[in-house]
This record gives sequence, structure tokens and C-alpha cells, in this order.
Amino acid sequence: MANEIVLEMKHIMKIYSNGVVANEDVSLELDKGEIHALLGENGAGKSTLMKVLFGIETPDEGQIIMNGQEVTIKSPQDAISKGIGMVHQHFMLVPSLTVAENIILGVEPKKGVFIDMKKAVDEARKIAEKYNFDLDVTAKVEEIPVGIKQKVEILKALYRGADILILDEPTAVLTPQETDELFIQLEKLRKDGHTIIFISHKLDEIKKICNRATIMRNGKSMGTYNVSEISTDDMSKLMVGRDVVLKFEKKPIELKNVMMKVRDLTVYNSQGVLKVDSLSFDIKGGEILGIAGVEGNGQSELIDTLTGINKKYTGEVDIKGEDTRKKSIHDIRNLKLAHIPEDRMVSGCASNLNILENMFSNQYQQPDYSGKVMLKGKVIQKRSEDLIKEYLVKCNSYKQNVGMLSGGNIQKVIVAREFSTGPDIIIANQPTRGIDVGAASFIRQRLLEFRDAGCAVLLISADLNEIFSLSDRLAVMYKGKFSGLFTDVGQVSEETLGQYMLGLKHDEELGGVIYE
Amino acid sequence: MWNSLLTPEFYNSILRATTPILFATLASGVAAKSGICNMALEGILLFSALFGVIFSSVTHSFLLGILLTMVVGGCIGLFMAFFILNMKTDEILAAIAINLIATGGTVLLLLAFSGDRGSSTSITNVSAPVLVIPFIQDIPFIGKILSGQNVLTYLALIMVVVMHLFIYKTPLGLKIRAVGENKNAAESVGISSRKIQYISLVLSGVLCSLGGYFLSGGYMNMFTKDMSAGKGFIALAASSMGGDTPIGGFLVSMLFGAAQAFANMMQLTTIPVELIQMIPYLTTLIGLAIFSYIVMKRKAKLSGK
Amino acid sequence: MNSAKRFEIFRMFFSIVIALLVSFVLIFLVSKQPVEAIVTLITGPFKSKRNLANVVESMIPLIFTGTGVCIMFSANQINLAGEGAFHLGGLVASVCALQLGLPAGVSPVVALCLAALAGALFTAIPAFLKIKTSSSELVSSLMLNYLSLWFCTFILMHYICDPQVGAASFKLPAESELITLLSGTRIHLGLFIALAVAVFGYVFLYKTRMGYELRLTGENENFAKYSGVNIVKVILVSQLVGGMIAGLGGGVEILSPIYNRFSWTSLLGYGWDAIIICTLAKKNPIYTPLAALFLAYLRTGASIMSRSTDVTLEIVQITQGVIILLAVAEQFLSKTKHKMIAREAKASLKEEEAA
Repeated sequence: MANEIVLEMKHIMKIYSNGVVANEDVSLELDKGEIHALLGENGAGKSTLMKVLFGIETPDEGQIIMNGQEVTIKSPQDAISKGIGMVHQHFMLVPSLTVAENIILGVEPKKGVFIDMKKAVDEARKIAEKYNFDLDVTAKVEEIPVGIKQKVEILKALYRGADILILDEPTAVLTPQETDELFIQLEKLRKDGHTIIFISHKLDEIKKICNRATIMRNGKSMGTYNVSEISTDDMSKLMVGRDVVLKFEKKPIELKNVMMKVRDLTVYNSQGVLKVDSLSFDIKGGEILGIAGVEGNGQSELIDTLTGINKKYTGEVDIKGEDTRKKSIHDIRNLKLAHIPEDRMVSGCASNLNILENMFSNQYQQPDYSGKVMLKGKVIQKRSEDLIKEYLVKCNSYKQNVGMLSGGNIQKVIVAREFSTGPDIIIANQPTRGIDVGAASFIRQRLLEFRDAGCAVLLISADLNEIFSLSDRLAVMYKGKFSGLFTDVGQVSEETLGQYMLGLKHDEELGGVIYE
Repeated sequence: MWNSLLTPEFYNSILRATTPILFATLASGVAAKSGICNMALEGILLFSALFGVIFSSVTHSFLLGILLTMVVGGCIGLFMAFFILNMKTDEILAAIAINLIATGGTVLLLLAFSGDRGSSTSITNVSAPVLVIPFIQDIPFIGKILSGQNVLTYLALIMVVVMHLFIYKTPLGLKIRAVGENKNAAESVGISSRKIQYISLVLSGVLCSLGGYFLSGGYMNMFTKDMSAGKGFIALAASSMGGDTPIGGFLVSMLFGAAQAFANMMQLTTIPVELIQMIPYLTTLIGLAIFSYIVMKRKAKLSGK
Repeated sequence: MNSAKRFEIFRMFFSIVIALLVSFVLIFLVSKQPVEAIVTLITGPFKSKRNLANVVESMIPLIFTGTGVCIMFSANQINLAGEGAFHLGGLVASVCALQLGLPAGVSPVVALCLAALAGALFTAIPAFLKIKTSSSELVSSLMLNYLSLWFCTFILMHYICDPQVGAASFKLPAESELITLLSGTRIHLGLFIALAVAVFGYVFLYKTRMGYELRLTGENENFAKYSGVNIVKVILVSQLVGGMIAGLGGGVEILSPIYNRFSWTSLLGYGWDAIIICTLAKKNPIYTPLAALFLAYLRTGASIMSRSTDVTLEIVQITQGVIILLAVAEQFLSKTKHKMIAREAKASLKEEEAA
């Protein structure tokens, strides 16, 4: 059974229509019954490669060989019929349908012209039992927790007879217990003869369950290695190409006045779920308050409320001593608040407008850039050319549409826009997510400079390295509350932080979250 | 005049006036469930009203006429699907284009086919027959409402039930809902969302063409230029107010049908005809506003605890 | 110019060519004298000074509604009430001209101002409903067009109708007529107003603060909101300005030498024509005169054709429909586009390697 090759991808090349080269001559080989890690930073081309394999994207060059024969995979249907299943990072479930309906979707058992719902439920139950998945198949998907949703995803693939299972960052949304459970189940599947592709950038997880790893960087393959024979250090070197400077030169902290004061803030989301639960904290000028936490624990709602996007809350938000309840987003920005949004494509830019137009969305009303009615075209143009140079945005000219730039360069446009207003408060939500190392370290350096200049910074990041190396105080958000607050960030270990993030540890009294 | 609101004839005429809107509403619903706003219903109504006249006069048969008209409706749905799904044309603009083509195309075709300009006066078409239902017609009051309707009116009512079962109880219906709610999810299990949306749009076209046939061979007995008069747009509103479900759409289109029937009846009074003509559109506008307001408030209530 | 923009122009051109070919095929199918019809369609407008003037005359209303739609669509407000606003603008200008009895010079100015105001208030109804009840401006604007038609017909038939003519108003006084620019034609002052409106639309959208806010909102509402743009204001202003221009257009049209009475008893379709103008102009008002010229030329050709041959005017609507379908079809000629862009990307890869 060993070394029987089930699938080969050879010399895959994929260029997206915006000119981004996502895969450049990438090859991948899968042995039967292995868990094969596909390792790389965000944007390294892992997802694209898997989309090619799953028939979502058509490669510009290269071939796919299954069991010795060349195949073309034109669509997910093709892939499924060839025994390939994929569990996507963002769940592919229909919320208003039940678990059973989701599992049988596309291969429904029939009674006459109608769906045989009874049989569907039975079959879903049977397959769940076979693989030891404990779940209620009659529950509606919108009502079940994430961990279960992922199980439904895996069951969906297995129900369709998948031999090769692609898991795209499966642990990103799971608690450690759920992750452990997942690993046990994956191990079982592997022993059953299934081949698993495990996409991740978490080295410890790869060490734990993977047999081999193919490492990708910048759209290219850096080779395939036996996991037992390569150290995590070497893996990370191959991944990032150079040793990342994790330690920044941080000047001693010099605290100024309280810039932002939050008291008993409570926010419900549009579904009526409690997302921020009577939260209180202060931030002073000259410090960076980091907020760590698994995504979905209320960070987005907190930021939306602080920046004025959400107005439905109870409690109090003061910026520079002014209550912001009656203030519009525009008024709040006028208090010299800069905001790097979580998802740059959703609310950070307009991809069909050019760089210039994207660089002035927050300051076109300033007297420097416009009169009462008209924009000052020449001034704006000059300024945007300067900013492109200062922030090293790689582009043809300021006339290029932002959508044509790479992720890192789009982020630089956003950062340039937000930082160039001379802010007193910066809210940076995932400021370096999915961008190249150079751009990330540039942005981090800037954040520190602003801190040193007396600016109050609120940093929310899923990148623990980032949050450890930048924060002066570090809070952990769990279920809408701070489960812990560390004033001495250097003394906290990743393990401790993880326990707080996952709600295993919880401090009732938070010292130092409010300045008295 | 107000007395006539209580006569069975008035309720009978509500059903008549509802029929074309109801077909179009069901058509809009099935497209919307698959995630597409079918604003081309207006054009499909117009085209099928003309083709109904042409086909039934050529074949001298109601049945053949309506079958061929349904084929035309399906083809327009197919055409629209091709542009929206394959060519990635914006669905609203594609619909506007189809409506434009329908406005011009019907006049052109009518002229080429019969030499008539504007209305099909020289064509002898076959209208859908009126059915008298034994037993039911003898029930006082109710009998006069339910019996003696056009066969297409009965078909429309039956289609409400059929579409409900189709959407909620069949595999294809499940797929349509899945595609409309989460396209990626449907794709990930190998359902071709494109295929499903093709099917929905074709089905939408076929359903709508029944309404079009009724316009020129039931409601009236000839084709006139622009005779759809915004009914396709009214149906769009009706469907969305009914939550795009067949039952909900049915109830709302009854309301709009009643407005139309009321307007028709008012024409016998001394109130200026122009003002009466405004009633169906005004009802729709106000109905839409109220409905949207209620939905908005309900959402706000949920999040504003 | 980068390859993406070059491609857009190429595709637009190609769409027009295909749409014309489709129409030619249709003419061959329905006509007994197809060649003559096609030749008339293409060369007709050049045959006489009057025909050529007709092209310019019919450009005017198209520029108005086209610019109005460009502004509303730029803010992603799919309001189709331009049709009704145009109609209402025509009525209001007529009523003013008939009832106010103002002297020449003043009369058209007042009439046009009120027409613009009426148009603005009219298209603001969907905006208002959207803001207050979150109902879709698309559906409500469609209903409003019919309401406008019947309201205008009501006023026409019951208040300003000339009993001797039937479904038309009394003769509009000479004092209110817009002056003719070129004797022997009906090209009137409205042309300058239209061109000024197109320039105004361009300046408004691309050079002013408000226009920038409109476009930000149109391209990405979340981004605009995040940037501090007042979305409610954008929704309202874009539709007020769009309707104002459409209403003004209706007024200009009815006060032009082309009409001497208000006699519109069905919707004229300029609101729908505006969609194609907006599509061809890529939502930039400065290009609307060019797009209007194209459509007006086609219209005039078709009108001459329908008079001298057996093909009707309505063929143009089909041509228009096909152009819209193709011009906004992202996938139309997408392989060519992909090749162009992939070539550029590969070239720049090589450059980088060389550097």
C-alpha cells in the first residue's frame, strides 16, 4: 500500500484575470493513505492550487494525473465524481436547511417525484454513525455550532464517496478540543484508506498529524518533505523565505491622556445574538492595546461600534472625552480617528475606483483638498503621488484601479490613506492579514512610530506574533468579554494566551483595563 | 356603486384580473428562489401575448397555441439565462434589454405576420375556454365566483399548489433553494448552480408565458401594443412581498388583482378614467412601502433588544 | 491607456457592430425590400439637411435622460423613474407656458425651472421610500412611471385640453418657445442646455465633493459608509439631481419647436433609452452626447426607413436591446481580454526577472 501514487499535479500555472500569478510551475504528488500538508503563508497560492484540483479554477498550464491517467477536472462535479471532496474554509452549507438536507443535497433519495425525507434522515444518520460523528441530523444548520458544521462538511464529502479529502485550514475556527477531536477522526479516515490534503500554516498541527508536507511560497512550490525529517524552523524558513523580524525595537512607553474610554458596552448583532457583553476599557495616547481572540467573539461588533458604523448599543463610548453616541461616522473620524478595516475588499476600498480616489475617501472634505463644493484636483493628485512613493505602493500610476493591485499593495493604499491624516487614535483590525512579509513589517513599524508619537492604538489581530511583539497591554476577547488582560506582555506564553482565547481560563477581576 | 362590491360578479372579476399577475408572480418567485431577479417578466408577458394570438390562429387550436407559447416563454427564459449566466450581463440590464426587444419586436412581428399596426385586428385567435364546473356552479354566491372562470384561471390556482410542492418537496426544488441561498454551498456538492438557474429561468419564462397567453386570449381577445402595461413589474413587487413563496405570492397578487378589478368596475362611474387607471399602480406602490416598512421594523426589533 | 481600457472600447464597438448585424438579418427576414431598407437606415440621415437636423434634434432629450441616469446609476441607485420625470417635466412646462402668461424670455426660464423641480421631486419619491421604508427603488420607480403617465393624462384631458383637437393641449404660446438656432431646421436652444447639462453632470460627478461621495457609494457602499459618507444624503441627492435633469429634459422637449401642444398620452420611452446611453457612456455624463448622437442617428435612419420602406421604426428598440446585452456582458470576448492581460503579466514577469 505504501507509496502508491493516487494523484499528481504537474507544472500547474494559474494567472488570474487581474494579472496576478497565483501558481507558477507548481507540482504536487499524493500517496495513498497519507495526510499531506500544504503549507504556506496567506496568499502563497495554496487555495488556488486546490481550486484547480477541485475544478473551481481552470489552470493556464499543467496537467493532473490520477491513478496513472491524465484527467481534466472542469467542475466540482467532475472532481466529486473522481472521488475528490473538499471542505472549504468558509463553510459551504445552506443555513435554512437541516443537516440531513445539506448532506443529501444533490444526491437526494427519491420517492416518486418527491424527496424521501425519511430515507434521507436515515442515511445521514447511518453515515454519521459509521464515522463516529456525533450530531443531530434533523437540526437546522443555522442553529448548530461551528465545530458541528465542519463535521457536516466532512460527512457531505464522505457521503459522496470521496477518497481524497481536501481540508482548507480546518482548524482556523475550532477550539482546541474540537481540533483534537478532528485529528482523531482524520487519523481514522487515513487508516480507512482515505488520502487527506491538509492546508494550514500552523506548524505544530502539521507536525502532529501530517506525513509529508509541500511548502509553497509566492505561488511557487518549495519542495515536498517528510514531516518527521524536517524541523519547524526549517519549515518556517522555507515558508517565509527569510527570518522574520519578530522583535521590534520598542521605545519605553510614555503614556499620555486617555484617548478612548469604553464603559459597559453591550452590542447585539442583527440576529439578536449578544456579541459584546458589558465591556469596559481605556486606551491612552502612546500605547498599543492588543486584542487577541478567536474570530467571531465580538471583535467585529466592537470595532463597528467604536468607529460609529453600528449605532445600536448600550453603554458609553467616549473619544477624547466626547460621547460618540450622537456622532456620525464622519464626526468620529473628524476626532482624528483612523481605522484599518478587517476586510479590505469589503469596506476598505472600492476596487473599481483608482488609487487616487481610494486614497482620499477619508479626507476629501478637509479644506486642504476641497472647497465647499469642488475638489482640489491638482493638490489631491500631487499628494497621492507622494503617498504612493512614501508607502512604496507598487503600481503603474495613481490612475490604476485598486482592484488590479496585489493584496499587499491594496493594504498599503488603505494604510497610507488612514495614516496620512495624522491620527490621534488608530484602530487597526487585522492590519497585515494576507499580505507579504515586507508590507506587513512596514505596516507594523508604522504602528510603532505612531505609538511613540503619542497616538493611541487599538490592535486586533489573529497573528499572535504580531500581537505579542506590538502590544503594550494585551486583552483576550472571548464571547464578548475580556477573559484576560496582561499588562506585562513579555511574560505571557502562547500557551497561556491560547487558554484564555479558548475560554479555558477566565479572570473575573481584570486589573489595569481601566485607568482610574 | 358600492353595492356592486358585494356581488359575486365582482369577486369573479377579481380572479380574472389576478390570473395574469399570478402567473407572473409565480414566475418571479421561482427565479427569485434561485437567486435571480427576473425583471424581464414584462417583456415575456408581451411576447407571449402576441405569440398566443399568432400560434392559436395558425393552429386553430387553443391547446397547440398555448403549448407553442409556452415554448416561446421558455426560450426567452433560456435566452436571458444565457446572457446572465454565461455572458455575465447584469440581470437588471439584461431584463431591460429584453423588455426593449419585446416592445419593438412585438410590433415588428405583428406587422410582418398580419400587416396590422398596433393591434391584432385581422387575426382570428383562439381564446382559452371558459369552464363551467358542475355542482360548484349551483352553490349560491360561491358558485358564481368559482365556476365559469377561464381555464387558465383554474390552471393558475392549481399552479400555486404545484409550485409549492415543487419548491419545497422535490429534489429540484431543494436544489433551487440551495442555489438561491448559498450558491457556493450548492456548487461544492457538485450541483451546477448555472444549470439550476437555467432551469429556474426557463421555468419562470414558461409560467409567465401562460399569463401572457391569458392577456390576449382570455382577458382580452386580441393583442394590442404594450398590453402588459406594467403587470410584469407589479408581479415582481407581489412576489417579493409574498416572500417569493408561491402561497405568499398568491395572496399578494390577489390583492393587486382586486385593485385591478376595482379599477375596472369604477370605469362605469363618473370618476375620470385616468385616475382609475392609477389604482393598481398606486396599490402596488403603497403595498410595497408598507410591506418593506414592516420587514425593516421586524429586523430592527431583532437586533435592537 | 492600459489594456483593460483599450479592451473596453473594443468590446463596445464590437457590440454595436453585432447589434447592427442582428438588425440587418431581421430586416432581411421581415422585409420585401431589405437592401433598400438597410441602405436608407444607414445613409438616410445624410440625405438632406432636414434629416441631419433631425438627428441633432432627437439627440437632445436623450442627453438629458442619459445624464440623469448616469448620475443615479453612478450612485448605484437603480431608479428608472427618469421616464416618468421626463413626462411630468413636459406637462409642468406646458401648464406653466399656458397658464402663467409670462413674457417671452421669462416664460421658458420659469417653465423649465418648474419642470426641473417637478422632475426632482418625482424621482425623489423612490429615494424617500427607500430611506423611510427600505423598499427597493427599482420596483417603486417602475410603478411611478405609470402613475406619472396617468396623472399627466388626467391633467391634460381635464384642465388644458383643447376640445377642438382632442387629446392635446391648447397651443403653447410663442413666448415660451425655445428659439431655433439654425433656420430651416428645428435645432433649438435646448441643444446648448443639453450639452451644458452633460458637462454639468461630468463636473458634478468627477470634480465635486458630492459627486465623489456618490461614486464612492455606488462602487462600494460599505466603503463609503466606513469613510464617513452620509449614505442617506447620497441616496436622496443622486435621485433628486437625476430626476431634476430628466424633468428639465421633458420641459425642454415640449417647449422646443418640435411640439406646439402637449400631446403625450403614452410613455415616450426616453427613460429606457437613457439606460443604453448610460451603458455606452460608461456612466460618465461627458460621453452622453456621443452616445446620444449614435442613438439619434440610428433613430433618424430608422424613421426615414419606416417612411420609405416596409420596415417599422421599432427595429431600433431591438438593436438597442442587443447592444445593452452585449456591451455589459462581462464574458463577451473575455477570452480575448484574458489573453491581452495574461500577455502583459507575463511580459512584466520577464522584466522583473531581467531586472
